[in-house]
Amino acid sequence: MINFSRFFAVFKARNIEFFRDRSSLGWNLLFPILMLVGLSFVFSGDGRPVYKVGVLNLAQSQSSFLETKFISFIDYQDTAIAKVKLEQHSIDLLVNFNAQQYWVNQGAPNSYLVEKIFLNDHKNYLRIETQGKQIRYVDWVLPGILGMNMMFSCLFGVGYVIVRYRKNAVLKRLKATPLSALEFVSAQLFSRLFIVMFLSSVVYIGCNLIFDFYMLGSYFDLFVIAILGAFSLITLGLLVASRSKSEELIGGLLNLSSWPMMLLSGVWFSLEGAPNAVKVFADFLPLTHLVAGARKIITEGATLADISYHVTILMIMIAVFLTLGAYLFSWNTER
Amino acid sequence: MQEVIRVENLTKSYKDIVAVDNINFSIQKGHCFGLLGPNGAGKTTAIEIMEGIIKATKGQVFYYGKPIDGSMSQKIGIQFQHTALQDFLTVKETLNLFTSFYQHTVPHHELIELCDLSEFLNRDNRLLSGGQRQRLLLALALINDPDIVFLDEPTTGLDPQARRNFWQLIKNIKARNKTVVLTTHYMDEAQQLCDDVLIMDHGQVIARGTPRQLLNQHFDEVFIYLPAEQVPDELCLQSNWHVHEQQVEITTTDVEATIALLLAKKVSLAGLHVKSPNLDDLFLKLTGHSLRD
Repeated sequence: MINFSRFFAVFKARNIEFFRDRSSLGWNLLFPILMLVGLSFVFSGDGRPVYKVGVLNLAQSQSSFLETKFISFIDYQDTAIAKVKLEQHSIDLLVNFNAQQYWVNQGAPNSYLVEKIFLNDHKNYLRIETQGKQIRYVDWVLPGILGMNMMFSCLFGVGYVIVRYRKNAVLKRLKATPLSALEFVSAQLFSRLFIVMFLSSVVYIGCNLIFDFYMLGSYFDLFVIAILGAFSLITLGLLVASRSKSEELIGGLLNLSSWPMMLLSGVWFSLEGAPNAVKVFADFLPLTHLVAGARKIITEGATLADISYHVTILMIMIAVFLTLGAYLFSWNTER
Repeated sequence: MQEVIRVENLTKSYKDIVAVDNINFSIQKGHCFGLLGPNGAGKTTAIEIMEGIIKATKGQVFYYGKPIDGSMSQKIGIQFQHTALQDFLTVKETLNLFTSFYQHTVPHHELIELCDLSEFLNRDNRLLSGGQRQRLLLALALINDPDIVFLDEPTTGLDPQARRNFWQLIKNIKARNKTVVLTTHYMDEAQQLCDDVLIMDHGQVIARGTPRQLLNQHFDEVFIYLPAEQVPDELCLQSNWHVHEQQVEITTTDVEATIALLLAKKVSLAGLHVKSPNLDDLFLKLTGHSLRD
């Protein structure tokens, strides 16, 4: 059984240790902000050479408009999905030739210009207005950057700290008290969860004042997937650090865990076009599910039910990592 | 006198190395028990088995007649040889943290006074001097008002003044009728503090008793030292006269006769000093090598 007085004392001590370490705290706050500012600057230009028009059932559609140069036509089968793309400024106009109607995004300058071209040939089509904020690269990459920052904080903040404690005999001193391994480990895990969620919330809220991030879904759902993702990464950190006493080894193991996630979990680019083997491998990485789930909530307005696949996988990962980490955990006082 | 700890046939092996080799002893309540020996003698391994930190390969440790178990951690205090404290916590916060681990604790003001912590109570653990750090670690060892306190080489690395201050703290603890188990390789420390000593080497017990008993048992002579340039060479040929580092060491059971001989040979007594054997000498005699080898 957990003695909550002991649990809370270790939880509090670890939080004090983190928040008083100004360099670490500063870096944890500054890193994601610098990444977001840098990426928003680098990708601030439009960069698209042509206008994009969505066409419902493109194969069955016939119109001279479809011959227009410098316009790219994209086929959609689902009106709802296509409308979301129009609202997000991913396409500039949506046309249903069979029903003789089209949708235009009121807030998008490109939409206005493409409509002028479209109306030359189709003056009698039903005009339907829609509106929505443009989804920028910074909106798309936001869950990836925050997820990556959480990953580093969780893996190194738990794994490295436990190994350091073990190496310099802090764990040995704690073992000589009535504090149980369960109380110590739970306090470390929950302290890191609190720190990560607190810092991520501060970064998100702070950056939102600057960037006015796109958000179609619910903040509660985003918070839930963030907690599940963070906890799965924290338990992975515990598992990696469960026995080692060497900071060099643990540094290597943590890098081995974090680099594949940084590259293959969809932080920087979508894995849609990636080889199947890469997608299968990425499915075993907790960050993949955190980023994918959060991105669907933010850009598509998905609910927890819609991303139940990612939620379930993260919960399974938490159970597996926590069970193995707790089973293998050693105060490691034997020489 | 009540027996607090009894060690029976204790053995601890690490692969091919036998760190503790079938040792037996007991510790009486209120005593300061010294576990002495050179580095690598097996002192720390023996004390950590008594503390319940590591498991014995063979043998048992009894605490008030019962085999040690997890509940013992509420009743003992431990100061390890090498321990870091959590960074960025102050001394006061560290005391609060450890207080939360125990059911019964000593009021902080008593600990602060006993271990002399008041002047650096709000200082970050990272900024403590060696002596201050050891005093804080001692306070943590005493925080649960333990029956028995284990101190593993508590003064190693301290300057002479800090060592003497720490000895006074240990005497204060003894005055409170606590049992103290102390490992050290400083023989002067053991002679100052211990009621009962056990000398180990290569994992085995090589002597046991009070410091006075052991010295009386193994020595009936004293050492006289003189600068070598004052002593004629022919005198140094005698079997109990040895020249070390420009000094002549004379081992004798009759100080008066030896000094009379020196005066008869017109040897100057300037720089002469007489030393009684100590535990260092005893160890050298028993093992043939120095304690700090």
